[in-house]
Amino acid sequence: MGIEEKLPSGILLTSVHKFVQWARTGSLWPATFGLACCAIEMMATGAAHHDLARFGMEVFRASPRQADLMIVAGRVSQKMAPVLRQIYDQMPEPKWVISMGACASCGGMFNNYAIVQGVDQIVPVDEYVPGCPPRPEQLMDAILKLHAKIKLEPLVKR
Amino acid sequence: MEGSLEQVCAGLRERFPEHVSEPEELFGEVSLRVARDHIAEVCTHLRDEASFELLADLSGVDFLGVAPSAERFLIAYHLLSLSLNVRLRLRVFLAEGDETLPSVTGVYPTAEWQEREAYDFFGIVFEGHPDLRRILMPDDWEGHPHRKDYPLGGTKVEFKGAKVPPPDIRRQPTTTTGYPGRIA
Amino acid sequence: MSTRELNVGGSDWDQVVVGAEDETMIINMGPQHPSTHGVLRLVLELDGETVVNCTPVIGYLHTGIEKNTEVRSWTQGVTFVTRMDYLAPFYNELAYCLAVERLLGIEAPPRAQAIRVMLCELNRISSHLVWLATGGMELGALSMMLYGFRERETILGLFELITGLRMNHAFIRPGGVIQDLPDGALDQVRAFIDDFPRKLNDYENLLSNNPVWLDRNKGIGMLDAATALALGVTGPMLRASGVAHDLRKSQPYCGYERYEFDVPTHEASDCFGRYVVRLAEMRQSLRIVRQVIDDMPGGRVMVEDPKIAWPAQLQLGPDGLGNSPDYIRKIMGESMEALIHHFKLVTEGFKVPVGEVYVPIESPRGELGYHVVSTGGTKPWRVHVRDPSFINLQSVPHMVRGGLIADVIAAVASVDPVMGGVDR
Repeated sequence: MGIEEKLPSGILLTSVHKFVQWARTGSLWPATFGLACCAIEMMATGAAHHDLARFGMEVFRASPRQADLMIVAGRVSQKMAPVLRQIYDQMPEPKWVISMGACASCGGMFNNYAIVQGVDQIVPVDEYVPGCPPRPEQLMDAILKLHAKIKLEPLVKR
Repeated sequence: MEGSLEQVCAGLRERFPEHVSEPEELFGEVSLRVARDHIAEVCTHLRDEASFELLADLSGVDFLGVAPSAERFLIAYHLLSLSLNVRLRLRVFLAEGDETLPSVTGVYPTAEWQEREAYDFFGIVFEGHPDLRRILMPDDWEGHPHRKDYPLGGTKVEFKGAKVPPPDIRRQPTTTTGYPGRIA
Repeated sequence: MSTRELNVGGSDWDQVVVGAEDETMIINMGPQHPSTHGVLRLVLELDGETVVNCTPVIGYLHTGIEKNTEVRSWTQGVTFVTRMDYLAPFYNELAYCLAVERLLGIEAPPRAQAIRVMLCELNRISSHLVWLATGGMELGALSMMLYGFRERETILGLFELITGLRMNHAFIRPGGVIQDLPDGALDQVRAFIDDFPRKLNDYENLLSNNPVWLDRNKGIGMLDAATALALGVTGPMLRASGVAHDLRKSQPYCGYERYEFDVPTHEASDCFGRYVVRLAEMRQSLRIVRQVIDDMPGGRVMVEDPKIAWPAQLQLGPDGLGNSPDYIRKIMGESMEALIHHFKLVTEGFKVPVGEVYVPIESPRGELGYHVVSTGGTKPWRVHVRDPSFINLQSVPHMVRGGLIADVIAAVASVDPVMGGVDR
C-alpha cells in the first residue's frame, strides 16, 4: 500500500517526498479503538470544543481498512490483546500508533495479572501520551508531534 | 431492626429451623447464615412469601488465613424487597476443597452472570447453573484470580538500577528520522 | 512475555455455531465496533435481518480493580474505584467512601455531604449527556453528539475548577471531601444551571417529536417490569417500565432526604420510555443542585478525627496551589508527633474495624452497591462492586430477540452500559 511500492528504488525525489508526507498528515484518519476512560477524552477531543476536524481527523473510521492512525485509548486487558493485534494487522500501510494515556503506555496504575503492561508489547508505538486521562490538548499535542515526525520520515518501504 | 424484617426472619426460622441461623445485626445491616444445600429453597421462600423481588448482589469472599479452612469461602446474597423497603443478607460458608452449592438462577435469573463471575474468580461451582463458564477472564485462563493464594501479577518495576541515558544523550536528535527528543 | 496462541473467536463463538440451525447466520459484533459503547461483543444469530438469539461476551476490559484494592490502603482505594464506571466517577467514590465510613462508624460533615450531592448530581447530568450524545450518534442524529459534548465540556470545566481534574477525580475520600470549594465556584455552578434548561429544551425539540427518532425508539427493546426485576435491572431502565424505585428516595444517603425532587417514570417499557426518563432525570438533577447551592452549609469538609482525616493541607499561594506553609512549619519545625502522624497516615493509612457492609447508591445506571469486607487492617480485605451495567446487560438478549439488527443498536444504547463498570 502507499506510494513507496510504486516508486523505483534508489532515486531521490525530494519534492515528491515532501508533498506526499505533507498530504499524509493532512488527513490522518483514526481507527476507533477507544477502550476506557481515555476514549471519552478522545471523543471530547473530536467534539466541538477541542476540534479534531481542524486536522482533518474528525472521521473516526469504524473499519481499520480505511484508517491510518490507531489511537489506543485506554487499558488493554489480556483478553483484548489479540483483538488489538488483529485490528493493527488489518490496517494498511502506512500506519501509525498513538498510545494514549498511562494504561496504554505502560500499564498505568494497574500493574497486575489482567492488564498488558504497555501496548508497545503488542504493536509498535510512535507517540506516547501521558495522563490519566490526558487532556484533549495533550492528545492534540501528540498528534502535532506525530505530524512533525511523519513529515521527517524518509519515503522507504517500512 | 425494622418490624417487617423481624417478621421475615421469624418466618424463615419457623419454616427452616435447622438451615437458617438467628439474624445478626451489625452496622445497621441484618444477615442470616444459611446452610449450603438449602439456599435455593430459602431464596424461593423469600421471593414468593416474603416479597424479596430483587437479588441485588451475589458476592464472593476468600477468607484464607483469617478463618478456618472449613469456612474459607463466603458467598453473600444481598436481597432487596421493594414493597417492604428492606434489605437482607444471606451468608453461605464453603469449605476449602468443597466449593459447590446449588444455583439460584431458577429463583432469580439475574444470578446467571453473577454466579459465573464467582466461578471465574473463586472457582465456586454452582450446581444447576445453565451455562457455568468463565465470564471476565479469557476462556483458557488458568487459576481463579481473586483467591488470596493467586498472586497479583504484573511486572516488576525497576526503580533502582534502571538504565536511563543522561540528559544530553536523551536530548539528541535521532539519526534515522531526525525527530528530536526520541531516546536513541 | 511467553507466547500463547489465542483464538479471537472464543468459546462463545463455537458454542453458538454448533448450536445453530443451518438457516441462520452467525455474526460477530465487536469488541471493536463504533456502536457498542466500549468493548462489548455481541454474537448475533440472524435469520435474514431478524435476530434469533444474541449472546453478549464481556471481559475485554477486565482490569482486576477489585484485587488491586486489596494491596493498597483504604484511601488509595478511591483512586482505583473511580476508574471503574468512568462516566460517573463520583458515584464510585461516594459509594466506596460511604461503605468505609459505615465500617468506621463516622459521618462526613454537612458541608462535605452537600458538596458530594452537588458533584454527584452534576455527574449524573454529564453521564446522561454522554448517553444522549452517543445514543443519538448511533441512531443517526449526528449533531446530538456535538451538542451533548458541548454541554459536557461546561460541566467538566466545573469539575476541573472544584477538584482539579476533568475525569477520575479521587476527590471524595473517607471522611469527607479532600478540599473545600474555591471562591466563585458556586457562582459558576449557578450560571450553568440557569443556562442548561434552555439547552435541554433544544434537545427535546430536536428529538422528541422527530419521526425518525420515534420510529427507531418506540416499541423497540421492550422489557416489562416483571422481567426487569427478575433480571435484576435497576435504574432508568426499571423506571421506564413503570416501577418507581429510586434509592435516593427509598433508602436515602448523604442528605438526600432534605432535598425535594421527583422520580420520573414511564409506562412504555421501551427505548423511548428510557429516553424520556433520562431527560426528566436531568431536569430533576438541576433542581437538586439548585437546592444544594442555595442552602450550602458552612464548616469543615473533612471529619475532625485526626486518626482518619487526610492530614495534608493545601493553600493557594503566589505561585499556585501547594502545601500550606503553616502546616509545613508545624510538622517540620514544631511537632515531631504531627510529622510522624502525617507520615503514618499517608503511607500506611488508617485501620478500619472488622466487619462487612453493603452500601447501595443510585448511580445514573442503576443500583451501584459496594460489598466491603474488612479484617481490621489498613488495607481492604475484599471490595466487591455490584455494578449496574453488569446486571443490566443481561437484559439485552431478552430485549432484542425477534427484532432487527438495527434495533440491537438502539436497545444497547438504551441500556447505557459502561464497560469499565461491567468488566471492572
